[in-house]
Amino acid sequence: MDAAAARRGRSLIDVDQLTPAEVHWLLDTARSFEEVSRRAVKKVPALRGRTVVNLFFEPSTRTRISFELAAKRLSADVVNFAAAASSVVKGEALKDTVLTLQAMGVDALVVRHPCSGAPGVIDGWTDAAVINAGDGMHAHPTQALLDCYALIRRIGCLQDKRIAIVGDIMHSRVARSCIKAFTMLGAEVVLVAPPTLMPAGLPPETRFSYVLEDVLEDCDVFYLLRLQTERQEEGLIPSLREYAAAYQMDARRLGRARPHALVMHPGPINRGVEISAEVADGPRAVMLDQVTSGLAVRMAVLFMALGGKEGGDAESG
Amino acid sequence: MPNRDRILLRGAKLICPFSGLRGETLDILISGKRIAEIGEGIECAEVFALDLSGLYLSPGWLDMHVHLREPGREDEETLASGRLAALSGGFTAVCCMPNTDPPVDCAAVAEEIAARASEGTGADVFCVGAITVGRKGGRMVEMDRMRSSAGRVVAFSDDGCCVQDAGVMRRALEYARRFDGLIIDHCEDHALSSGGQVREGPCSFRLGLRGYPSMAEEVMVARDLLLAEHTGSRIHLAHLSSARSVEMLRAARERGVRVTAEVTPHHLFFTDEDVDGLDPRFKVNPPLGSREDREALRRALADGVIDAVATDHAPHSLEEKEVEFERAPFGMIGLESAFSACCTALLESGSLDVFALVERLTAGPARALGLDPRLYGEGIKKGARADLVAFDPEAERVVDADDFLSFSRNCPFDGMRLKGKVELTVKDGKLFFPPGSRLSGSIGEARMGRGRACGSVADIGCGAPGADADDV
Repeated sequence: MDAAAARRGRSLIDVDQLTPAEVHWLLDTARSFEEVSRRAVKKVPALRGRTVVNLFFEPSTRTRISFELAAKRLSADVVNFAAAASSVVKGEALKDTVLTLQAMGVDALVVRHPCSGAPGVIDGWTDAAVINAGDGMHAHPTQALLDCYALIRRIGCLQDKRIAIVGDIMHSRVARSCIKAFTMLGAEVVLVAPPTLMPAGLPPETRFSYVLEDVLEDCDVFYLLRLQTERQEEGLIPSLREYAAAYQMDARRLGRARPHALVMHPGPINRGVEISAEVADGPRAVMLDQVTSGLAVRMAVLFMALGGKEGGDAESG
Repeated sequence: MPNRDRILLRGAKLICPFSGLRGETLDILISGKRIAEIGEGIECAEVFALDLSGLYLSPGWLDMHVHLREPGREDEETLASGRLAALSGGFTAVCCMPNTDPPVDCAAVAEEIAARASEGTGADVFCVGAITVGRKGGRMVEMDRMRSSAGRVVAFSDDGCCVQDAGVMRRALEYARRFDGLIIDHCEDHALSSGGQVREGPCSFRLGLRGYPSMAEEVMVARDLLLAEHTGSRIHLAHLSSARSVEMLRAARERGVRVTAEVTPHHLFFTDEDVDGLDPRFKVNPPLGSREDREALRRALADGVIDAVATDHAPHSLEEKEVEFERAPFGMIGLESAFSACCTALLESGSLDVFALVERLTAGPARALGLDPRLYGEGIKKGARADLVAFDPEAERVVDADDFLSFSRNCPFDGMRLKGKVELTVKDGKLFFPPGSRLSGSIGEARMGRGRACGSVADIGCGAPGADADDV
């Protein structure tokens, strides 16, 4: 392998680029990194001297902070690039933004973009590793991986577990990546949404229902999606209250579910819409575990992208 | 020294839907701009003779749907470059759509285009005028003035801005009856297609792109068929992409509705499975459909329910296309890949034979447009204009967009190995050899024009090899 090829990072555009073995390696690596976050000095030198740019063309607080902390805990240099404060508002083409950053010698670009496919396009223009931090309605691979991580920590493994993804499937990049990741790890996914928010063109084997009650009693996990209020204005649902009446996870519905069933949500949650306050604050909600997992999983993803190898020693870097 | 004005094309198998030729091997003598003689073993002294044995020769093809971007976007295509690209693809006549800047919504713009398109060499250009002023879907253009102007306006269409108001469309169809004019519709209900990037279905789900449902086309096809039926007017449905549209078209024709239709090479070749969300060259309106749609389109073209193959040649600059998929414009170029795409998609699969394909590239669109044969469609006969194309449907080529004479490169066939090659186009008695033609050697390297700089097209003048070699 020549020097340039050795330097070239490994991109992560969606989870289906990974083999199940690689997903397990990432989750194992995340486990050892999680220990770092519990130390008094929360830092390892794994990526010392490497530069990571958070290239965010869409507002995001949680994901950006999570990536930023993950890179810093691995001792990488981190630069945050928010489109609103950049040359992008002056009309700079995406390609020029990327080539400019490439010329500055960055090692990894963490990209959040409102257009589906943009991180993949960027990947073709740069030698830096591109990590998709969410693109349009297409994919959000680190979210899906952290959800797997959080679930495995709670219930051991996903094999033969039944997971309902509930809400605005049509517009959700989280749903698209989670379907792939959960299925890859052996879970059975069932989609629940009003017909107007169920995407056309689901693979024929996909299980789905328009009625939450139909799947309430036979799922191990309810993964709720955020309902954007725009969907009401777009005429896709009549009102938030009608949506809440049919799809909200509240204490009554959770009471009918299996006793061990968990509730997840990628955040930020709309209390009173897709989830009731009681459930959100209750013992079966996994949201804060998801956030904690996010940091460890993103450390593992950065480590894989910038030099770690499958089976390598995550501690020494 | 051969006579300047006389060319003898020897040994080609002739196909002509206008005169009923079906593969007869005959020689053609061209004198000046016209066919002087057709026969077996024509002997003639002082003539430039070209051996076309092994090739088919048909009337030059007619592409009834192209965008030549002039005036307004001359960086993407000009009338001159588009007319040469047409010749390179075997087309000796094209109809250019009105979405220029300014749009073709009055006689003056059409006349200006016609005047510019009469300079130099290239395919004939006919104008499609807008239906409404500014293509805004409101007030009707002065159809009669445009039609009777020197602008060669042969039909009316608001093209990509499909008239949404059924009342406006009805009045336009009715008004056109005064001169039995043709309305062409790009069928798209904007409320249904709104924001759609790719065909709604597995493709939109896989790529996470907003879906453009086939019903956006079908709803408008249904409306247009009803309006045409009620008004008795002629309507032509552009670039159909859906099996249900084809079904409705078939039923309407059986009822006697005066409707014709076209399909593009890309809808005959690709499906939504080919769409790569990272490659905006595959972004086209209407979007590529399913395998069932493609099969229905092929079948309808084969049995004549769809009359014409038309490219919807839509040049876009690299800057416009090298962006996020959702921000890229719709459209792909097609003039210089159309024949190869059709041969590969249709002849290989047995959907059509070469005679039917030639019909859909010549008499089919001419019939849909109702063109005066003096403009297009005299066919291969003595005294007709020498507008011809020689081709080999079996020859293989690797499409190389860098060889195109079009100014644009947004062609998803680029790099593909396809069957079917245009080897020679004759326009008004002048010989054009498309890039990579195996015949170009037969007139000698010295006569090859200016090589790659002018696209490897040899323009050897009006029957005079050599004399006008540099006169491109």
